[in-house]
Amino acid sequence: MSETAVEVKAVAPARDRRHFLDNDRFLAIGGMTPAVLYILGLVGIPFVLAVLLAFSDVTVGDPSLDLTGLDTLRQVIADPVFWQSLRNTFVFTLVSNALVVVLATALALILTKQFKGKWLVRFLVLLPWTTPVSLAAITWLWTLDSIFSPIDWVLRAMGLLESNVIWLGKPALALASVITVHTWRIVPLAAVIIMAGMIAIPSEIKDASDIDGARFWRRTFEIEIPLMAPIIGVAVLFGVILTITDMTVVYVLTRGGPPPNSTQVLASWAFFKGIEGGDLAQGAGTALFLLPVLIAVAAFILRFARRREVL
Amino acid sequence: MTLLEAERRSANSRRVWGRVALYVLAFLAALLAAFPFLWSTITMFKQDQDLYTKANNPFWFNDPPTLEHVRYLFTNTEFVTFVSNTLLVGLAVVIITLVVSVPAAYSLAHLVGRWGERLGIAIFLVYLIPPTLLFIPMSRVVSALGLHESLWSLILVYPTITIPIAVWLLMGFFKGIPRDIEEQAMVDGYTRAGAVLRTVLPLVFPGMVAVTVFAFTLSAHEFIYALSFISSTAEKTISIGVPTALVRGDVFFWQSLQAAAIISAVPIAFVFNLFLDRFISGFTMGAVKG
Repeated sequence: MSETAVEVKAVAPARDRRHFLDNDRFLAIGGMTPAVLYILGLVGIPFVLAVLLAFSDVTVGDPSLDLTGLDTLRQVIADPVFWQSLRNTFVFTLVSNALVVVLATALALILTKQFKGKWLVRFLVLLPWTTPVSLAAITWLWTLDSIFSPIDWVLRAMGLLESNVIWLGKPALALASVITVHTWRIVPLAAVIIMAGMIAIPSEIKDASDIDGARFWRRTFEIEIPLMAPIIGVAVLFGVILTITDMTVVYVLTRGGPPPNSTQVLASWAFFKGIEGGDLAQGAGTALFLLPVLIAVAAFILRFARRREVL
Repeated sequence: MTLLEAERRSANSRRVWGRVALYVLAFLAALLAAFPFLWSTITMFKQDQDLYTKANNPFWFNDPPTLEHVRYLFTNTEFVTFVSNTLLVGLAVVIITLVVSVPAAYSLAHLVGRWGERLGIAIFLVYLIPPTLLFIPMSRVVSALGLHESLWSLILVYPTITIPIAVWLLMGFFKGIPRDIEEQAMVDGYTRAGAVLRTVLPLVFPGMVAVTVFAFTLSAHEFIYALSFISSTAEKTISIGVPTALVRGDVFFWQSLQAAAIISAVPIAFVFNLFLDRFISGFTMGAVKG
């Protein structure tokens, strides 16, 4: 031990400590610069531009950036479709994430137990999340087909249905369908995050309750779930972000329909206005209404992370 | 004695019922999650006449299964182009992500102390800024750079999604490696950078693999940027190509369409499952204060 210490002292001065590859400060700055520049350039600039666009009157036809104050935002909120989209965004997000809390917790508890064929169950259960959203939505589009839906066939076979439900053709059912698909695809991700957090629960606590012979339900509800609460919170916040900002499910399943705009959400409305309609200012203005929610969610996640040191 | 026996028996039966309940729940979870995929998988092998007869049992091959529609997907549609575009973009994004994130994560994990922690959180927060907020200005930026209708637009923009999460994941892996290891290499005469290259990087290789899988999956998933930047079929990725280009007018080629979804979904899910445990541990480690 003392020999090594002597060696260090002997060798260190001999090397040029100011060599730039040895300078911690230089290395730190050099290491972080590319990442910081990339993020500043391609997130920072577009972000500022997003805000500027919302206060301008830029369209594809007239791309010069003239600031017009609150005119664009006023036009955005004067459109009843905007309010419909805002309401749908919140309904989809709140309902599906309320379901996610329950289902993802249950799923995480199942997947942390040992049983035969677990790898297959895990593979199948994660499919909704690992599959690109648009492709997952395509499988649902066919599952909810107006004529050939297999769900309808089962209902008919059970004598519960005469012809077809037409899941995506009626406003209420279309809303329910979108909520189902969101819940279905977020549950696996939330369960994975919850499982990650459960690893952090000291195993002595679990073992102790096992030895106590604490019954399954008591152990689950009085020990495991309270300990999991913060990480469940984090999982749901991720779920909220994924649902509130998503336009893929609506775009593939309903295009915002059935007419007029029954399932339109802020993200899809911003897309239809800004990209398909070419009104960049109004599109950006519509999307900007997501910002306060995102800031609130980010603040919550930070608080959780501080308190628990898990994220 | 009998009391004890009764107690033991009831404990046993409780355990048996617990196992049964576990298997039932696991089966139900798998069925609910996989149901649309199950239906798609059956669909892709069905003959038209079988599929489009309303009275037929949809879960059964009333006519013999056929590979006709899968063949159609590969020979008569642009699916192969979409797949190669997705692979190309994914590969490029993975390389950019690793080159940018590895040094940043190392710096944040070891070199800058309190600042590192704050910057780490800041970078993570960037991950929470969604494409939904940025796709309209980003399409202007992409046009200004002359990358409209080009795969390069996606290669340039997707790292904004993957870098923050990669830095976060890798920070966890770097913190898990004792500093003594690189100090020892420095004693042996290497510079700090040299020591890191020779000793630390090989040890975070699992983390880099996790980042590779994750960055690739995220770029294969992305929808809104691709839909905003690209409209020519030859440059589309799977994510936007399949839903927009495999539909002729109002006529869906359902079997080929579902085949496209299944053929893309299964390999991604398979790879993801291989690395899931690594991903879970990386996700928690990111927060362990080093």
